[in-house]
Amino acid sequence: MEVTLKVNGRLCSADVEPRKTLLDAIREDLALPGSHAGCEHGVCGACTVLLDGEPVRSCLMFAVQADGYEITTIEGLAPAPGELNVVQDAFCETHGLQCGYCTPGMILTGHALLQRTTEPTREEIVEAISGNICRCTGYGQIVEAIEFAGERLRKANAPRDLKGAGANQPQVDPSAETDAPQEGVLKAAEADTPHGDRP
Amino acid sequence: MSPEPAALKFVSSNRRVREDRRFVAGHGRYVADIVLDGMLHVALVPSQHPAAKILAIDTSAALKMPGVVHVLTGDDLVKAVDPLMNGLDTPKVRRFPLAVGQVRYAGEWVVAVVAETRAQAEDAAEKVRVTYEPLPYVIDGEEAATDASPKVHPEHGTNVLLDKTFVWGDVEKHFAESPRHLSFRVVWGRNSTVPIETFGVVARWDAWREMLDVWASIQMPKYPDQIARALRIPANNVRVHQDVDVGGSYGVKRGIKQTVLVSHLSRILNRPVRLIEDRLENMRAGDAHGPERTFDVEIAFNDEGIVKSMKMKALDNVGAYAGRSPFQLGKPVGAIVGPYKIESVQYRAMAVLSNKAAQEAVRGFGQSPTNYAIEAAIDKVAAAVGVDRIEIRRRNFIRSHEFPYLIPSGTHYDSGDYHTVVSKVLASADYEVLVKERDALRASGVMAGIGVAACLEPSGGNSSFEPLLNEKNTTSTWMDSCRINIDGLGFVTVTIHTTSAGQGHETLAATVVGEVLEIDPDLIRIVRPDSLACLPSNSPVGSRMAIMLGGACYHAAEKLKAKLKRIGAHQFGLSADDVVYAQGGVSDPGSNKTLSWAELVNIGHRQFHALPAGMEPGLETTHVMQVPTGTKLPENGRVQMYPCHSFEFHLVLLTFDPEIAKPEIRKYVIGHDCGVVINPHIVKGMTLGGIAHGIGAALLEEFSYDSEGQLLTQSFMDYLLPSSHEVPNVEIVHHCTPSPFTVFGQKGSGESGYLGSPAAISGAINDAVSPLGISFSRLPIRIAAISDAIAAVKNKQAEDYA
Repeated sequence: MEVTLKVNGRLCSADVEPRKTLLDAIREDLALPGSHAGCEHGVCGACTVLLDGEPVRSCLMFAVQADGYEITTIEGLAPAPGELNVVQDAFCETHGLQCGYCTPGMILTGHALLQRTTEPTREEIVEAISGNICRCTGYGQIVEAIEFAGERLRKANAPRDLKGAGANQPQVDPSAETDAPQEGVLKAAEADTPHGDRP
Repeated sequence: MSPEPAALKFVSSNRRVREDRRFVAGHGRYVADIVLDGMLHVALVPSQHPAAKILAIDTSAALKMPGVVHVLTGDDLVKAVDPLMNGLDTPKVRRFPLAVGQVRYAGEWVVAVVAETRAQAEDAAEKVRVTYEPLPYVIDGEEAATDASPKVHPEHGTNVLLDKTFVWGDVEKHFAESPRHLSFRVVWGRNSTVPIETFGVVARWDAWREMLDVWASIQMPKYPDQIARALRIPANNVRVHQDVDVGGSYGVKRGIKQTVLVSHLSRILNRPVRLIEDRLENMRAGDAHGPERTFDVEIAFNDEGIVKSMKMKALDNVGAYAGRSPFQLGKPVGAIVGPYKIESVQYRAMAVLSNKAAQEAVRGFGQSPTNYAIEAAIDKVAAAVGVDRIEIRRRNFIRSHEFPYLIPSGTHYDSGDYHTVVSKVLASADYEVLVKERDALRASGVMAGIGVAACLEPSGGNSSFEPLLNEKNTTSTWMDSCRINIDGLGFVTVTIHTTSAGQGHETLAATVVGEVLEIDPDLIRIVRPDSLACLPSNSPVGSRMAIMLGGACYHAAEKLKAKLKRIGAHQFGLSADDVVYAQGGVSDPGSNKTLSWAELVNIGHRQFHALPAGMEPGLETTHVMQVPTGTKLPENGRVQMYPCHSFEFHLVLLTFDPEIAKPEIRKYVIGHDCGVVINPHIVKGMTLGGIAHGIGAALLEEFSYDSEGQLLTQSFMDYLLPSSHEVPNVEIVHHCTPSPFTVFGQKGSGESGYLGSPAAISGAINDAVSPLGISFSRLPIRIAAISDAIAAVKNKQAEDYA
């Protein structure tokens, strides 16, 4: 039967048997082979995709059930060919993988967690990835990768650390002394340093 | 100050692993991603019986199903193919991709159904009717070894494939002289490394070119040769494409029967055919199972706990066919005394057939089970003489000044400093505090135990166990190769000649060639030619690639550097010894003139008139590397097995509730010495991943059969894999004792962690239950086994009290 899936922001139509899993449809009909078949009974997590941002096992779902959801596969994370997103780059930095087979599912799971919080505890990371089995790494460098990606995401939009002021503190130029306005400075600091370019 | 040795620029530095980029983007190229025009799909009909005669196969209904192209039985297949390679000298134990005449284990593939889609093939497989006459069967290995048991291969006359006893040194004398003896049995349950990607293969026969193209998720030495032999075609008609990423293997992806099956199908159907095992096919009958071993050990020692001699009998239940698995009893001969100065050993290796799935190679090739038995022995000696388990190991360790150290079975250990590694681990973990913590936990009513294990990782992957166990085999090399080409524009391309399953061989090769040529490894292209364009390789087995591929790359790069120096020296009118090579340029120290990389490349590629007499144009070198120390065949049952020996020391604190009994690892520290590390990220990942495998082997994973011969654990719901909850944060303490036998002093690390963690975890559980006077001698030690054993003690105490 005809099904229309929104995958990585693109609408795709496919003619699939009703019994075809979402995983098989993504791989075979949509030609997106980054999602992998591991156990095909919902334990290993290699087939993980995001459905409206939440990790799900695409081997346990029929393609025809996915109509109407925003589906994200690993191919949807990289901003451009040859360019990695923060989580993908963090996995490269810590070598959070070996054979790469569980990796797309692991990264999507990590990405979904970091969309909720950029400051997950170690326990939260362990819990989040506990549905994704990795046989290569023993998980250590995967946990490190997600921690590192969180750190980078936290810092990504943080202002420069100016004259001792922390990331979330008003950036008051001490040399301005009493001239520095204490009220309303947060708003101004978003765009500028206090007192503009005054020497 | 004495001059420092030349600093390594890229080797040992924390450079990224170049393979990772494609994998994090979902752009790996696995076998299931290979889609050929007109490709057909295979599904398999499994046997329900552990042993039965095949009386009839009715394929007529299956052939009428939609999309079905062909249905193949063993009787048809056997007419066209030869039996699969059998490493032992047991010609009557014949193995084909499909059962022929008789099934020998539940799940064995009986019929292959070929259709336009996998779903159609599966639908049709359900319509195949096989009529069986059940036969007697045997599941237990010891029972199978008896004369009275049903024969798995009646033509062979016995279920014993291999029964060989080695005596190295004066065992009886040492036993007679030793004041104390003990004996025990430990059992290693049937488990394996179970990659998340099952095995898969695509084959395409082209009758016009007489060429069989193969893409496979493979880690198998001599893979093209074995395919050609079984199919009775010239080996240069088989072209294996090595640019396929393998989704995990850790030894098991052997794939010969699957490949022969689909290759034959492609040949008769003239279309590409693929088989991607589903999880059930993989668990029941793929190359999924590992060693299943019963050890009977006797130890002779003195009152100080110094172990003088050991007798070990290892009986391996290898399942229904002889694959690579019996050799897994041979490899541990090269480290049969572990890190200890045991003076003599009697070793009886028995490989026994049973009606279970055939075993294949698993990470460590039999070493981890053997290490478990050795470490159990050392723990028992410590308990017997009342000495701390770490102190007893220190007393028995080989001393650092004694290397190279010749063990009784004929292997020289290359180097090591076991005492220092142990001291560093104890300091890092604050051992005394750890002991207090355990005691405080015990006082609070929790079961708590500390486990230790010290063991070796033989590395460098020679194949000496083959001639050791099969005298007709005269293999004395297990070479690997590298080819380097500098092209006309000066860019460097390195070829490696095997598939990889996450070991980072591209990073390894680029790092080593970059180091020698003093150029940025990121500028070096690594390619994997197909097998017909390849130099010899024996695939990444036996923890060998840092040593063998690293070594081959080093030597090929040194040859290339020598050629560049000769070219440069010739321009200066000097001999090659008088010029200096640095960062791609060659200079004359006398005149300070330098020829740059670009100038040297130009001469090599375009100016024959400027080349030294007799030199070939172009800038290309190859090196085929022999295994270091691999110089001769075994003599009198003694052999130099592998060249290098990495060392690891594990220290574990774990706790569990006495009733629920789910172990929680509170602290895990490993001291690891694999010589000079080529890439720290890769070695770290191998070690942590190996420990996770060991946790599975120790606590969770087993291919269990019931008394009816049916596999009970055939999905991930029953065969339990460690998740992030079960694997603790592990602290690695590094030490580096370079190997004198390798180019940088590197040793292997592909099996690290796995080789000692089952022993350490088992030791920790036994320490935890020791106050109850019980212990466990069989892996995996599952939660139910612990809680049942504790409950039994408590019930007994209650009865005794009453």
